[in-house]
Amino acid sequence: MLAFIIRRLLSTVVVMAIVAVFIFLLLHLSPGDPAAIIVGDNATPAQIDAVRKQLGLDDPLAVQFVRWVSGVLTGDLGISIFSHEPVNKLIGQRIEPTVSLAATTLLLAVVIAVSFGVLAAWKVGTWVDRCVMVLSVLSFSVPVFVVGYLLIYVFSIKLGWLPVQGYAPLEDGVLVWARHLVLPSIALGLAYVALIARITRTAMLDVLSEDYIRTARAKGVATGPVLMKHALKNAGVPIVTVIGIGVALLIGGVVITETVFNIPGVGRLVVDAISQRDYPIIQGVTLLFSGIYVIVNLLVDLSYTLLDPRIRY
Amino acid sequence: MVDAAAAQGTLPSSRARRGARAWRFVRRNPTLVFGLVILGVMLLAALIAPWIAGDPYSMKPVQRFKSPSAEFWFGTDNLGRDVYARTIYGARVSLAVGLSVAVLAVSAGLVIGLLAGFFRSVELVVMRLMDGLMAIPAILLAIALISLFKGSVAVVIVAIVIPEVPRVARLVRSVVLTTREQPYVEAAIASGTRLRRILWRHVLPSTFPPLIVQATYICASAILIEAGLSFLGAGTPPEIPTWGNMIASSRVYLARAPWTVFCPGIALALVVLAVNLVGDGLRDRLDPRIARRM
Repeated sequence: MLAFIIRRLLSTVVVMAIVAVFIFLLLHLSPGDPAAIIVGDNATPAQIDAVRKQLGLDDPLAVQFVRWVSGVLTGDLGISIFSHEPVNKLIGQRIEPTVSLAATTLLLAVVIAVSFGVLAAWKVGTWVDRCVMVLSVLSFSVPVFVVGYLLIYVFSIKLGWLPVQGYAPLEDGVLVWARHLVLPSIALGLAYVALIARITRTAMLDVLSEDYIRTARAKGVATGPVLMKHALKNAGVPIVTVIGIGVALLIGGVVITETVFNIPGVGRLVVDAISQRDYPIIQGVTLLFSGIYVIVNLLVDLSYTLLDPRIRY
Repeated sequence: MVDAAAAQGTLPSSRARRGARAWRFVRRNPTLVFGLVILGVMLLAALIAPWIAGDPYSMKPVQRFKSPSAEFWFGTDNLGRDVYARTIYGARVSLAVGLSVAVLAVSAGLVIGLLAGFFRSVELVVMRLMDGLMAIPAILLAIALISLFKGSVAVVIVAIVIPEVPRVARLVRSVVLTTREQPYVEAAIASGTRLRRILWRHVLPSTFPPLIVQATYICASAILIEAGLSFLGAGTPPEIPTWGNMIASSRVYLARAPWTVFCPGIALALVVLAVNLVGDGLRDRLDPRIARRM
């Protein structure tokens, strides 16, 4: 077990190193002078020189890489070209809305998706099952921003039930905070719910055909405990796996959702950086989000042994 | 139906028999047929756009924010442009990006996967690289690429292809690994067939069914990512009518002219739905192993 954890940690480090090299090289693989690209078309040579000096682009590539990586390891993601603030400080200022949005979405999505998946598997072949499956194909096909604007139009503009856009920090009160997060969470979570519900249904169907389920039923165990204790617990591995993989959907969706709902989070920071060609911000946030994805999937892998004691490494 | 008619001695004409066979295909593959029909209509509309829609670029400031009517089926936007014409033309970019990304990602992933499945030395290095590439969220990788290169349809296509390649490579590799254990491949190796021929004649064909299914899913996700990038202002240049660009430029007028946001939005959702349905339908037909798992 310990050997497995160490091996898995090592491979995580390798993956993160490849991610770092790739993100670093992107800037240097682009044709032409990176400084000129960042500054834009209407820059004077002096401005280009200033950026080149600021990023240390005159040093050999290896030196630049070592400097960048050692910076990253000590929490230094570089300096924003536009605002001249450290990137990690900018991210720190914007992290609360993003964490709020991602956490509420994750929680809601998992609870809803797993219940729908269990329901569809239990009622397999009936109209309930078909409804869940049709809804899941539909919500997997509608883009986040289309759902977002539809929700804003119906619930904020027409019905006036919820705030149109924006974010309220938690210190303004839980209710205000939650009211601002309802629509963004639904828009962001829809595709994620669809994905998890589908896998939950399949995993449950596999388990429900096992002998021990029939035995439990024959013993007279009620439907609820059979589904939740006997079946769902044993269907856990594929469900947790897809929750981990699907975090990629959330990460990509956060960037779009924050733009739709005007939430001042990390995703919005990246989107603003696009038009300002603020490459250090894009680089820093890409690295951060990749890191989160890798760590979530590491935790998922490690959780297998807890979910299914038969799995040994 | 055909058998019953034949048994009664009334031989149906070959045309009727073909019709019956087609109908049976529709009944057995409803999702596939439904998806193909929507997709076919969209593809046709995109191809014959100049004949069925007006000029998507013409601005008539006097006709701003006209709601949908007989003259402007989908209304007009903030610059007085015809939303119907722009939606039809938008299908061109979406479908072109979706199809090119699917073809390019599958080809690149196929080569990498075949090599990684057959050569241990390639596998170790390449699959680690693929793991790393997969960890970078597709939309952020695309944003990074597009912020460095000038925004154009070609750059958007490349930016979406790169994060899709590892998924294809992994799939191909796993098929190759199971296929090379098959007796007929072992026999081919034992009888001294050249490696190129083994890969080409024996291994390659077995990757096709899952690859075709995977290609449709890649196409759907490419269309979504392209629209997302355009929406964020990191995709095709804003003057090109794409669904993402249309929604991005109209979103501030959501309350005043909802059709400017929802017409391209519905078109986008419909195309992605159609491609996903084709994918599900093909999966059920071609790859029962995956069909059971999903």
